[in-house]
Amino acid sequence: MTTTPAAGLSAENVSKRFGAVHALQDVTLHFPPGQVTALMGENGAGKSTLLRILTGDHRPTQGQVLLDGTPLSLASPIDARRAGIRIIPQEPEIIPHVSVAENVYAGSLPRRAGRRLDRAELRRRITADLARLGFAKVLDPDLPGSRLTAAQRQLVEILRAFTGGTPPRAIAFDEPTSSLSEHETEALFTLIGRLRDQGVAVVYVSHRMKEIFRLADRIAVLRDGRVAGVVEASATTEAEVVRLMVGRDLAGLFARQEVATEHVVLDVKGLTTDDVRDVTLQVRAGEVVALAGLIGAGRSELALALAGDTPIRSGTVTLDGRRLDLRSPRDAIAAGIGLAPEERKAQALFLHRTVRDNTALVSLRRLRRRRFVSKSRERALAQEFADRLRVRAPSVETEVHALSGGNQQKVVLARWLARRPALLILDEPTRGVDIGAKAEIYQIIADLAREGVAVLVVSSELPEVLGLADRVLVLQNGRITGELGRSEASEEAILALAMADDLTAAPQGGAGTDTPTTATGAAR
Amino acid sequence: MSATTAPSTRRPPSGTGPEPTRRGPRALLASIGGQNVGLLGALVVVIALFGSLDPNFLGWDNIRVIGEAATIAGLLAVVQTVVIICGGLDISVGSQAGLASVVSAMVFTATGSSAPLGIGAALLAGAAVGLLNGVVIIHGRVNPTIATLAGLAAYKGLAQLVSDGRAQGYVLGDPVFVFLSRGRIAGLPTMVWILALVAVAVHVLLTYTDIGRNIYALGGNDTAARLAGINLNKYLISAYALTGTVAALAGVLLTARTGSGQPVSGSEGLELQSITAAALGGCALKGGKGTVGGTLLAVALLGALQNGLTVQGINTFWQNVAQGLLLVAAVVIQQRRNRGRAVGLPA
Repeated sequence: MTTTPAAGLSAENVSKRFGAVHALQDVTLHFPPGQVTALMGENGAGKSTLLRILTGDHRPTQGQVLLDGTPLSLASPIDARRAGIRIIPQEPEIIPHVSVAENVYAGSLPRRAGRRLDRAELRRRITADLARLGFAKVLDPDLPGSRLTAAQRQLVEILRAFTGGTPPRAIAFDEPTSSLSEHETEALFTLIGRLRDQGVAVVYVSHRMKEIFRLADRIAVLRDGRVAGVVEASATTEAEVVRLMVGRDLAGLFARQEVATEHVVLDVKGLTTDDVRDVTLQVRAGEVVALAGLIGAGRSELALALAGDTPIRSGTVTLDGRRLDLRSPRDAIAAGIGLAPEERKAQALFLHRTVRDNTALVSLRRLRRRRFVSKSRERALAQEFADRLRVRAPSVETEVHALSGGNQQKVVLARWLARRPALLILDEPTRGVDIGAKAEIYQIIADLAREGVAVLVVSSELPEVLGLADRVLVLQNGRITGELGRSEASEEAILALAMADDLTAAPQGGAGTDTPTTATGAAR
Repeated sequence: MSATTAPSTRRPPSGTGPEPTRRGPRALLASIGGQNVGLLGALVVVIALFGSLDPNFLGWDNIRVIGEAATIAGLLAVVQTVVIICGGLDISVGSQAGLASVVSAMVFTATGSSAPLGIGAALLAGAAVGLLNGVVIIHGRVNPTIATLAGLAAYKGLAQLVSDGRAQGYVLGDPVFVFLSRGRIAGLPTMVWILALVAVAVHVLLTYTDIGRNIYALGGNDTAARLAGINLNKYLISAYALTGTVAALAGVLLTARTGSGQPVSGSEGLELQSITAAALGGCALKGGKGTVGGTLLAVALLGALQNGLTVQGINTFWQNVAQGLLLVAAVVIQQRRNRGRAVGLPA
């Protein structure tokens, strides 16, 4: 399949076992210099393990890693860094109370005699490096870490990768766009393009098809720890890649009919919190309404306000004709509002508790007699929804941390479905979820709508917004800047509303409007 | 690639199956829990060691002595378990017990030898300081360790103030206190029964009720618990109030054992013992994990160890060293299991 030419980064017959689990089996892949090689695969296919082996975090059980044909012995990430291999982690590590400049050079700050920080030298370095990499306009070196946006945090990691020591020969991006908005993504792509032109071997891990086809020269697909195939991006299609990943076609990813009724479930008037202003919206029974917008536009903040977690300054929230006084999530839940929040591990799951515990948590009131919870009824409830949502776990007594991202998300959904909410708010329901589970989650949303649940979806993935929603509300700067019906919604229209003010501020403009049409996913 | 050919067999067609039934020693091990097996092993070693050094160690009388001595620390360890599962810590439990001990004896004396009033007042005082801990932590936004460290000093000082720093009253003329200190039910000391009763009640609360589920939930992930509609403040304040009340019960038993209200002696160091027992018993100090059973095993181990060392005539100073070592060892073992990387301050 692949030979091993001299230049670039290679994995040769790499296997990795964790106990009885074969995370990787006999993987041979080559990442040539001056090319972007996308690494794809469902969660658990072995992408992260491979990245960790390439960057020295894990040692392979068998096989070896080569750089320019020379076998490397990587005992730690520091060895990999010395050899010129860098990784941009999915979640950047930022020190909150120090400046960007100190964040970038943390560990090797310039100093004068007596270990005093050499501020002049620090400034000279950061200015030079920012200019060299083209970030001078987007990153203020004096900004403290705590005030950086997700994209800026990523930039700090990139700066770290490009400063100090050997210049990078190979660089791996682990789902870099999962927390970026569309136009921040554009900036990142420009940078990756430049790396490619400089002859760096780029490894790019992502779940997002559109990005992959936009960016990648080659696509390597892993499945169950083996190489399922390596294809030229220009000679393949999205459907082909999906087929390689899951071994089946996912044509009808968004097969969904409009079932909305006239009955208004959620009626919000003039809602204002610290983060959103004067929001008025309605969601009917059986309707799926999407909240679109850039990161920081106030979508998640609106979701949290409706879930009772942030104080409402003014405006009204009415559910099924009853005006709500939302003082805590407890009030929202009692009224029939469920929220599957953005950060599933941090905000929703109890990782060291079982699927049963996690599912039953908000339904305990129904499962208890006096104050005693019937474990058998609890188990039956968890089993019912695990079956219905096809949660893949050895049993409902499995602890949730052992499940894949998609299955964890299904457990969060199961928790709320078991409670039969009138309104379900889903914040980034498919973030970090593999494509098979994604399709299943879309199906679950469609089923919920058919049962008459009002669904509000927050999503940064435009194909998802377009595929799922009956109506799209676009937020910008805490306000709703527009509403698009199913027929008028398009990526261009949404972006135009989302960046209404930004377009004048950012001269590069038109971000996203020049995206190539590759998508079976977006087209229904 | 062979894997491309048979995609449909990759996964089970449906979701989760019924729980596979396990049998044999591994199932037994799983049901007891690895940590508890280790504790049982340590207990067996300690008993065998001291038993071989002194045959009287295993005598019924000595076991009863161990039981009585361990009861007071045991009560505190059981409620410490609840607080630690919530993600908190209470290092003021010893001072609370001391304060309650003084209150019980002084109110007993002041009311013309009314044991119910003395005990009731002590329990009320315990509940009040526990509540105060909770309110300071939640509404004052003070870190639990710092808040209860302040409590450790302040409640001890309070006990010394009201008692003038001396032992107060004499209660062993009263049948209730005599029953508490020397009574037997079915051959077992009353004290041990009280510990058993409290332990069973807390165990049932944690394991079988929705309150328990919510406690584990909020200790495991407080954001997720809040978004799941759990009233965090109510639970946390209640946990500290419960701790104060049970610490007061321990204080009453202290009064009964020594015959008078003790502001400091007898209660000092109980916080260390209770935290050590909880940590040894498998409570995760970051919250969300722990059982009453594990804690009680650790209490038994500590009790046997302390008694054995005393019987062997080992200096109590060494016993302090041993206790400190045990607490550190317990946490080190716990962190090893979590495979934390040794970089920077532990989470």
